[in-house]
Amino acid sequence: MHDDRFAQTIYGKSRRGRHGYHIASRATEAPRDLPGEYLRAGRIGLPEVAEPQVMRHYVDLSIKNHHIDKDLFPLGSCTMKYNPKVNEEVAAMPGFAGLHPEQSDDDAQGALAVMHALEQLLVAISGMDAVSPQPSAGAQGEMLGLLLARAYFADRGESRRKVLVPDTAHGTNPATATIVGFETKTFASGKDGRVDLDVLRATLDDDVAVLMLTVPNTLGLFEPQIGEIVDLVHRRGGLCYMDGANMNALMGQARPGDFGFDMMHFNLHKTFSTPHGGGGPGSGPVAVRSHLEPFLPTPRVIEKDGKYHLEYQCPKSVGALHSFYGNFGIYLRAYTYMTRLGADGIRRASSTAILNANYLAARVSGKFPVPYGERCMHEFVATGEPLKKHGVKTLDVAKRLLDFGFYAPTIYFPLVVPEALMIEPTETESKETLDRFADALLEIAREAVETPEVLTSAPTRTPVRRVDEASANRSPILTVPMDSPTG
Amino acid sequence: MPYTYHTDDDRRAMLEALGITSEDSLLDVIPEKYHLRAMLPIERGRTEPEVLRMLGRLADCNAPAVRLTSFLGGGIYEHTVPSAVKNIVSRPEFATAYTPYQPEASQGTLQVIFEFQTHISRLTRLPVANASMYDGASALAEACLMAAKITRRDVILVPNALNPRYLRVVRSYVSGQKIELKTVPATDAGDIDAAALQHELNERVAAVVVQTPNYFGVLERPWDFEKDVHAAGALLVASADPVSLSILRPPGEYGADIAVGECQALGNDMSYGGPLVGFMACKQEFIRQMPGRLVSATKDIDGRDAFVLTLQTREQHIRREKATSNICTNQGLLATRATVYVSLLGEHGLTELGRVCYERAHKLAAMIGACEGYALRYRAPFFREFVVACPTDAGAVVDAARKDDVLAGIPLARYFGASARNLLLVTATERHSDEDFEKLCAALKRASLVKVG
Repeated sequence: MHDDRFAQTIYGKSRRGRHGYHIASRATEAPRDLPGEYLRAGRIGLPEVAEPQVMRHYVDLSIKNHHIDKDLFPLGSCTMKYNPKVNEEVAAMPGFAGLHPEQSDDDAQGALAVMHALEQLLVAISGMDAVSPQPSAGAQGEMLGLLLARAYFADRGESRRKVLVPDTAHGTNPATATIVGFETKTFASGKDGRVDLDVLRATLDDDVAVLMLTVPNTLGLFEPQIGEIVDLVHRRGGLCYMDGANMNALMGQARPGDFGFDMMHFNLHKTFSTPHGGGGPGSGPVAVRSHLEPFLPTPRVIEKDGKYHLEYQCPKSVGALHSFYGNFGIYLRAYTYMTRLGADGIRRASSTAILNANYLAARVSGKFPVPYGERCMHEFVATGEPLKKHGVKTLDVAKRLLDFGFYAPTIYFPLVVPEALMIEPTETESKETLDRFADALLEIAREAVETPEVLTSAPTRTPVRRVDEASANRSPILTVPMDSPTG
Repeated sequence: MPYTYHTDDDRRAMLEALGITSEDSLLDVIPEKYHLRAMLPIERGRTEPEVLRMLGRLADCNAPAVRLTSFLGGGIYEHTVPSAVKNIVSRPEFATAYTPYQPEASQGTLQVIFEFQTHISRLTRLPVANASMYDGASALAEACLMAAKITRRDVILVPNALNPRYLRVVRSYVSGQKIELKTVPATDAGDIDAAALQHELNERVAAVVVQTPNYFGVLERPWDFEKDVHAAGALLVASADPVSLSILRPPGEYGADIAVGECQALGNDMSYGGPLVGFMACKQEFIRQMPGRLVSATKDIDGRDAFVLTLQTREQHIRREKATSNICTNQGLLATRATVYVSLLGEHGLTELGRVCYERAHKLAAMIGACEGYALRYRAPFFREFVVACPTDAGAVVDAARKDDVLAGIPLARYFGASARNLLLVTATERHSDEDFEKLCAALKRASLVKVG
């Protein structure tokens, strides 16, 4: 038992005959009228643990996590801003949380009103004409965007096969293109990290269906020639999709619809403060111009004379990506947030996010140069290249930051910056926190010169130290095996 | 301003450090013509009490199932959510963390996922499970894509009794891959017509989908045709309800290659149908074709037990256009709820839950069957959901029952057209008392007297 590596799991705490939570007030028995071939033979093999033990087990696990309520979480492109608690209170209201999706529209007027109002807010912020909130995450929003494009071209009797992305694009862009049956063509960014119009012109042809562009891009840079870029694609008959992962830089300042984009997705879990939950649930609403609206997924929320209903009769619709209406519980949180902020607060949030990123960049760029751009938007990409001569990699910097009590930035992305550290502080950090983080990075740069072994052996103050990813990749252990001592 | 809190002095010091006098100059990179001059046409900010009042009023405009006597199911179920489960997932340590890219500072999330994978593996009796999917519908869609990739074939056979809302999502997902979906009819007993299935099997078939219990609540007999499916070189994809797996024969024991399903019922709210949380499990040999995140047990450099994301070379951020899927999150917090729920109920509690749901549904079915004019539509075994043939239009029955604060069920004409006009899908769980059943029966009796025009 003592050498069992799974002893610390809930399975290791199980003792035969111990009961956790009772569903029934009296003893139950297996269905007697059901033929044996339908029934499970033997035990399921689940743990048997009492409620107080379950609480201790998961509370104990929880404190091994870094999280935004503890300290800065500077993951670039993830917009780890504070998650207001009132959002949770609203989402838990029984009038919302206790609603079954097969209830009639009459029984769900409040929920439909929220969905409709959220759509209207996103229309206003994007400068587009219509919104479908249905996608469950940004990647599913991209998928919807490309499905819309395919339906749009099919409707016009065209079959275009290519999706263009710059080399700074998120990995989801090309992966989505493949899943929807497009071919990805990647083009090189210009020397300034932005789209080079000549390269784009040379890459474009009449087979290009969609240009997918993140604005500001993953280097945290705005594309000042955005109007020309979109225009080039449109003139060849293609559509332009904006990956809205970085919308925290733009909301209230400028609108993708005004840039000329045909469609975009939002990430409610980034821009609009809904909790990331250790990796979901997210929500990735898609906003489109009117020429794409007929193809949006169903059902759509329609308002008529102050009453709402779900409309399924949209003959050109691409269908559905979710069994019901998308991640309604996330809409509630995002809507609550937007209602709290109002127009002024939304604008102040993005300008503060930009100020924070620029301030932080200015404080650290002496030791961690920022190769692209003097000024950034809501995030910046620094390089750990100067530390390499001391035998220190960006990975070591990231691990050492954990010792300082911070999470690490996104590292080694985008690929155009060697030893990349992609840093996004968000607007919900104070100057003191930004200074502490900058001081930590500068201290790490000093350690790289004086005591590089401190960095290469970091972290030492975390619940575990560097873990063996290679052996996990070679022979992954994904479950507690049935035949282990705790099994 | 809520949630930002620089003082004037802070801003001044930060601008000074940047050598500028106004924040606005940071936006100069955006061409002038795009600058929004006016405020967005949305309202002023509100205080927290104002927001709570406004949203509270909207919540009150709903008549949620939890406040009525509800027999709705169809993939989303009202089960008890234990207080301990709610308490744990409200912890910011779980709620406000993100994807565990840095394992040293994310062991909590990683171990929870590992335990989730183990729970799912044991419930399905398949050796490999991933960190979760968006929902049961997209999990099934991804399983179909995966099967097509593994077999390099292009036809998927789906049963007529598949949840129609899953079918819509599967259709959207496979539409980009030139995959053809073919429907296999149901027998009059409500389960898959094995002879018709046999007839459709050929060298183009990548997968046969079986959903059990199916949309009508009926239990399928996949062991009757599993050998035929495999003999034809196709994969067997099972869409299974995890609550039912507590007492029913698991997919791994009838030869399923991939199992998927919806975990909403495991400790999650109905929340008007979202967010949901799907699971996916498979045989060992398909692990590298699997979409989504995977967590492996490993050691740290001091030899301590640890957990880490693994096989990331399947994923979009590394493989880009060659990735197994474009999914880049799981449903972390909902999977956490499901994990804690299964741990808390455990072997005993989950078995109890399965038995009680079965018992409740059968008791209700017998009571409805005794109501004049009402009868069970299918004779095959069922779990917690069943189809009732009504003496009149099922939609009219539902409308009439609603006047008694009863949500009688889902009228199947909603999905299956006029031929299902009289059919009603009714669900019972551990939350229903005998009094609830009597209330439904009384409402059904009254409803049968209502004239349909």
